[in-house]
Amino acid sequence: MGYSGFQVIKEGLFGQKGWKPVWRDPEPKAEYDAIIIGGGGHGLSTAFYLAKEHGMTNIAVLEKGYIGGGNIGRNTTIVRANYFLPGNSEFYSHSLKMWEGMEQDLNYNVMHSQRGLINLFHSDGQRDAFARRGNAMINQGDDAILLDREGVREYLPYLDFDNVRFPIYGGLYHPRGGSARHDAVAWGYARGADQRGVDIIQNCEVTGIDIEGGVVKGVQTTRGAIKAKKVGIVVAGRSGQVAAMAGMRLPIESHVLQAFVTEGLKPIIDHVVSFGMGHFYISQSDKGGLVFGGDIDFYTSYAARGNLPMKEHVMDAAMTLMPMIGKAKVLRSWGGIMDMTPDGSPIIDKTPTEGLFIDCGWCYGGFKAVPASGFSFAHLMATGNHFEAAAQFRLDRFRSGVGLMDEEGTGSQHNLH
Amino acid sequence: MRITCPNCGERDRREFYYQGDALALDRPSQDAGLSVWDDYLHNRGNPAGDTKDLWFHEAGCGAWLVVDRNTVTHAVHKAVLAEKVKR
Amino acid sequence: MRLEQPEQTVTFTFDGRKLKGVPGEPVAAALMANGIKLVARSFKYHRPRGVMSAGSEEQNALVTVGRGAQTEPNLRATTLEVSEGLEVFSQNAWPSLRYDMLAINDLFSRFLAAGFYYKTFMWPRSFWEKVYEPVIRRAAGLGALSGETNPDDYEKAFAFCDVLVIGAGPAGLMAALTAGRAGADVILADEDTAMGGRLLREREEIDGKPATAWVAAAIQELANLKNVRMMTRTTVTGAYDQGTYAALERIAGDRAAGKPLECFWRIVAKRAILTAGALERPIAFPNNDRPGIMMASAVRAYVNRWGVAPGKSVAVFGNNDDAHRTAQDLQAAGIKVAALIDSRDDTDITSDFPIYTGAQVVATKGRHALESVTIAYNGGRRVIRTDCLAMSGGWNPTVHLTCHMNGRPTWNTDIASFVPSAENVPGMVTAGACNGTFSTADCLAEGAAVAADVAKDLGFKSRVKVPQAEDRTYAISPLWAVPGKGRQWIDFQNDVHVKDIKLAAQENFRSVEHMKRYTTQGMAPDQGKSSNVVALAVLADATGRGIPETGTTTFRPPYVPVSIAAMGAGSQGKGFAPERFTTSHKASVGRDAPMIEAGLWYRPSYFPQKDEATWREACDREVGYVRNAVGVCDVSTLGKIDIQGPDAATLLDFVYTNTFSTLKVGKVRYGLMLREDGHVLDDGTTARLGEQHFVMTTTTAAAGLVMRHLEFVLQALRPDLDANVISVTEQWAQFAVAGPKARALLNTVLDQELTDEAWPFMACGEANVGGVPGRLFRISFSGEHAYEVAVPSRYGESLFRMLVAQAEVMGGGPYGMEALNVLRIEKGFITHAEIHGRTTAFDIGMGRMVSQKKDCIGHAAAARPGLIGEGRQQLVGLRAKGPDHPLTAGAHLFEKDADATRVNSQGYTTSVCYSPTLDTQLALAFLENGRARHGEVIKLRDHLRDVTETVVVCDPVFFDPTGGRARG
Repeated sequence: MGYSGFQVIKEGLFGQKGWKPVWRDPEPKAEYDAIIIGGGGHGLSTAFYLAKEHGMTNIAVLEKGYIGGGNIGRNTTIVRANYFLPGNSEFYSHSLKMWEGMEQDLNYNVMHSQRGLINLFHSDGQRDAFARRGNAMINQGDDAILLDREGVREYLPYLDFDNVRFPIYGGLYHPRGGSARHDAVAWGYARGADQRGVDIIQNCEVTGIDIEGGVVKGVQTTRGAIKAKKVGIVVAGRSGQVAAMAGMRLPIESHVLQAFVTEGLKPIIDHVVSFGMGHFYISQSDKGGLVFGGDIDFYTSYAARGNLPMKEHVMDAAMTLMPMIGKAKVLRSWGGIMDMTPDGSPIIDKTPTEGLFIDCGWCYGGFKAVPASGFSFAHLMATGNHFEAAAQFRLDRFRSGVGLMDEEGTGSQHNLH
Repeated sequence: MRITCPNCGERDRREFYYQGDALALDRPSQDAGLSVWDDYLHNRGNPAGDTKDLWFHEAGCGAWLVVDRNTVTHAVHKAVLAEKVKR
Repeated sequence: MRLEQPEQTVTFTFDGRKLKGVPGEPVAAALMANGIKLVARSFKYHRPRGVMSAGSEEQNALVTVGRGAQTEPNLRATTLEVSEGLEVFSQNAWPSLRYDMLAINDLFSRFLAAGFYYKTFMWPRSFWEKVYEPVIRRAAGLGALSGETNPDDYEKAFAFCDVLVIGAGPAGLMAALTAGRAGADVILADEDTAMGGRLLREREEIDGKPATAWVAAAIQELANLKNVRMMTRTTVTGAYDQGTYAALERIAGDRAAGKPLECFWRIVAKRAILTAGALERPIAFPNNDRPGIMMASAVRAYVNRWGVAPGKSVAVFGNNDDAHRTAQDLQAAGIKVAALIDSRDDTDITSDFPIYTGAQVVATKGRHALESVTIAYNGGRRVIRTDCLAMSGGWNPTVHLTCHMNGRPTWNTDIASFVPSAENVPGMVTAGACNGTFSTADCLAEGAAVAADVAKDLGFKSRVKVPQAEDRTYAISPLWAVPGKGRQWIDFQNDVHVKDIKLAAQENFRSVEHMKRYTTQGMAPDQGKSSNVVALAVLADATGRGIPETGTTTFRPPYVPVSIAAMGAGSQGKGFAPERFTTSHKASVGRDAPMIEAGLWYRPSYFPQKDEATWREACDREVGYVRNAVGVCDVSTLGKIDIQGPDAATLLDFVYTNTFSTLKVGKVRYGLMLREDGHVLDDGTTARLGEQHFVMTTTTAAAGLVMRHLEFVLQALRPDLDANVISVTEQWAQFAVAGPKARALLNTVLDQELTDEAWPFMACGEANVGGVPGRLFRISFSGEHAYEVAVPSRYGESLFRMLVAQAEVMGGGPYGMEALNVLRIEKGFITHAEIHGRTTAFDIGMGRMVSQKKDCIGHAAAARPGLIGEGRQQLVGLRAKGPDHPLTAGAHLFEKDADATRVNSQGYTTSVCYSPTLDTQLALAFLENGRARHGEVIKLRDHLRDVTETVVVCDPVFFDPTGGRARG
């Protein structure tokens, strides 16, 4: 059924009895044209675009737990297109355009809000690096404005401009950056895929990948074997384990990234703000909670929980940057598992096994990539060719050194991106 | 998280710098070829379970340690000096 | 109404109204004593709400305290202590608590079901950000921040102990006594203002005395034990790895006395004993949220502990024996019990107040305060007039901390709730009510027993002595929701009711996590402490599963909300990072030099003079000093690493791309260092002071990084090498003396004559200054005849003053970072603006510095096909059309007539300056295949600053390309 204000009022009058399941819970079939392993944001959007753009509807998404339970359900919801290296630049630009039409495309309100993102800088050197970035964004056709100190003050008057350890020199303002309601993105894609005939199968863990003579034949699952000619691995956080089922070693380390939310507060932070002298970024959700995060905990982990040093560092950064935040209270903190790659950029590629594809390595920037990642991965799985805007996300770039996208400039140590 | 440094005893995680998998100890020869170097620099077993990785007691004695650790439970089993590890 | 007259009262205000309260009592009790029932508005529907609990689990009574910058929103009236002059305000209501405009939401609630917002507000597209979202944002949220800088002090601290006991109820006190008597270092933490937990609010006896007397004796004994530390007002908020616990202490007392408001503790405990008790849960009957409807145990707390009657005629509704206690306590306090309503058929209680068994509350009345409840009883309905309903749906063990390390609690049918699983937090055991053990006698015994085990494990001998106490059984027959007309609230704080959860199930949000996220159940500040189990039961019912199969959501830290100021204490303002000062800092500040951050260091930007209007004038003058006379600059911030040992030279050969083993003693060489992935890590000069003694210089930014790298190479990769490295950055003050008169200047301060023969370009050695043993390096980062002179740090300031004074005599003076930058750009010297982590030796034109005769870090990876070759962007110089055509750093480069788009971008500028020496604008830049394009005219475009310039590509060395000036 279509969602609309009219439906909401109608159902309100008739006791909400008419709402249907947002997606079905079908039993797995013995065979599909394609299988997506992983019912997170990227997996669900891949299924959606396989059905919508390529007419592949005899497909299934296999999820070991509940859909949307991975990083799409535990991130800080920032959507932006402010990359500066070729390869990333065009991809995230494409993704942001897809966000801008997502609600209408999905008929689901994901509350994408382009409240503007401001990256602060604190030295001449940082300003120059952000200028390079901003110019790259405009070269790409996106928007960027270089603010000086007074320009920042106009937007963010509550920052500490006078007594701070690292004074604010200015900021790179990205008006089209913003945030969205993360869970809704998963549910919206699930609903859209389901409506097009995709089987979304929860509580179905893949335990093996069947390969014969270098060609994928299907998967083994906790709910039986399922045949498929094409299989896509989209399991950020667990990419290494699933790829190992196909005999692959990935250029990925798994790390935990923590995030935080405060109690509900009346509107106080209207933008997405990012600190330049310590990893800290913050926005306020529509519900009123301040949602913020910092860097990964730095050690490899699958525990989906972090430790105090990084939590405190994030709070330290908050207090030095915006001391008006002190009396806000953190009500919940959590952790997600990140696929960290050696250049901080993702992988969307074929694998050495024919018919087996992989989409992984999103580090901690995967949320904003959900639409374009699914779109590009669907394109690759359906046509066998790389979608142009994602063509640089190759698995072999580390081996060859061709097309590395190291935005941080920290090199091949996975946890430094 | 706390790690027992063989030199200093049990210390808080915040004294340590983390680098990554202890396979970094096994540096290939200069002419080992692209694939070997690719494996060394980039590809990881990335186990969900016990692992050996490299930590630097930067705010302590300055020792590089090989730490036996579990990535799922965060249990720390053992830490030894990297320079004493047989290779 | 107060049950007895207090000895002392103070005045506080609620929404401006002056009220009397007892110092130290919760604001909730004081409001109750003043007959105030309506204290808050709910989150979504703005329903009138009153106090519900007597602890930190409070869902309704959130208030704001203070004014201006001291405003603190979202405090629980149930834990907030009354003090003289305290200003309390209701929140989330406009224009007033009583007449709240947004209560209109409640009238339209039928259209605002769970998740309705996902289904609408999509048309027209532009309306979301312009219309719908602003309205939603303004309506959402609870209290408000002031937006002003936090004016209060907060603290952080570490503590260490053998045993951390979390919660000081019967089990916790016994555990602390047992472990403390055995001699263990114990920390006993409780979030209440006093130790005792449940015993403070119950009428019970222990060892034949009132429980409160036993508590007092226990506290006295613990206070006398030197190995026990008691921390009240301290909530353990999180459990972390290897026995690390976070705790938040609210500091008692007057903030004017200069005490911090809160302290955030990191407690490291060998063992922990969780004795956190249990929380009572509500029953979801229709309109169960009216002011005056409270938890039954909270009613007992207000009556027994705080001496306040929550109502004149109180009804009690429960599904367990514990509810009976409330009725009895009310009666004992002389408060009328309107009815005891027990949902169970078979319960044996007799009393002179009306008892209804097998009965349920099916309706309530009273908008701003409860007036009556309607019960279904014996097949009929009955209205009971009451102004307070005490409800008890049973008890949930406080298992939260056991979940913080991914432990999952297990369902216990006997108590119809979750109990901790066996293995949850390594090193932590549970005892008492949080373990599902409810009678006082059992709690005391269990607390003692687990503490004895823990003490024994830690090597202490203990004796277990358990006092006599009441051993009441706890019988419960689950009752989750009562059907009827009107919403049955579950999560009061987020306004989630039974129908919301049923709707979630209907729409296939059947997983407990989906239900939570779709309805927002349990996502309010209380994290569903009281409501989650009820919600799970309703979901289980709606989906036809049992509760264990439905599962539970995870409790995450912190247990109670923690202020950011506490966790980030000390970082406000300048506290965020250490400040490093050079020895010349005072002298530079004394000359009014603006000090700028360089990593953790501060360095002078320029040294202004009276007649100069802009920094540029100062900078140009300072460049002139160096080019024409002599300039002095503090370069102590560069990393200095002392390297000694028989294999020191071999180590350098391995970390640098070029060779150092061939360097002669008394000479300096420039070196380039790669990361193992083949990109440039750092550059700098290394001097050979002796056969086995080198001093390496790193950039300021990479000093720590390089030190760690060298240790890694020595310890992890080449333990065979006999060499040692140590940072001596802080030990030496080092000054660049640069310019044609550099030698003349130094000859006025050095103890021995400086000659070109003895000190040719790139020479180094010892040199005394006024009898102080120092070092001299003839190196240049300006391209001029220059030296760096180093003395032990304690002589740094006086040497700087001496050098500057002599320079000024010679027509020179000090120069700052701006001039240093111009000087090095004119010479094409790189900094981290160029070696930003993505550049290779090939890119910066130093490919030939990578020796092919030896292995070095980064050698193999630098040979990858993608890291060399024509397609890469290479370092070039750019010359502007003239002095009036300033260039910008971060601009992109294009072919002369190409459009400024991504596909056409061929490079970017990294460093720019006006060169007073050449009187034109210069830039260093990376340009595709740039070395082959010298002489080509290209376009520079900076969209951000709207700069378009045509520039000429050239060699990055703009000035003195043969290097004659440095050698001369």
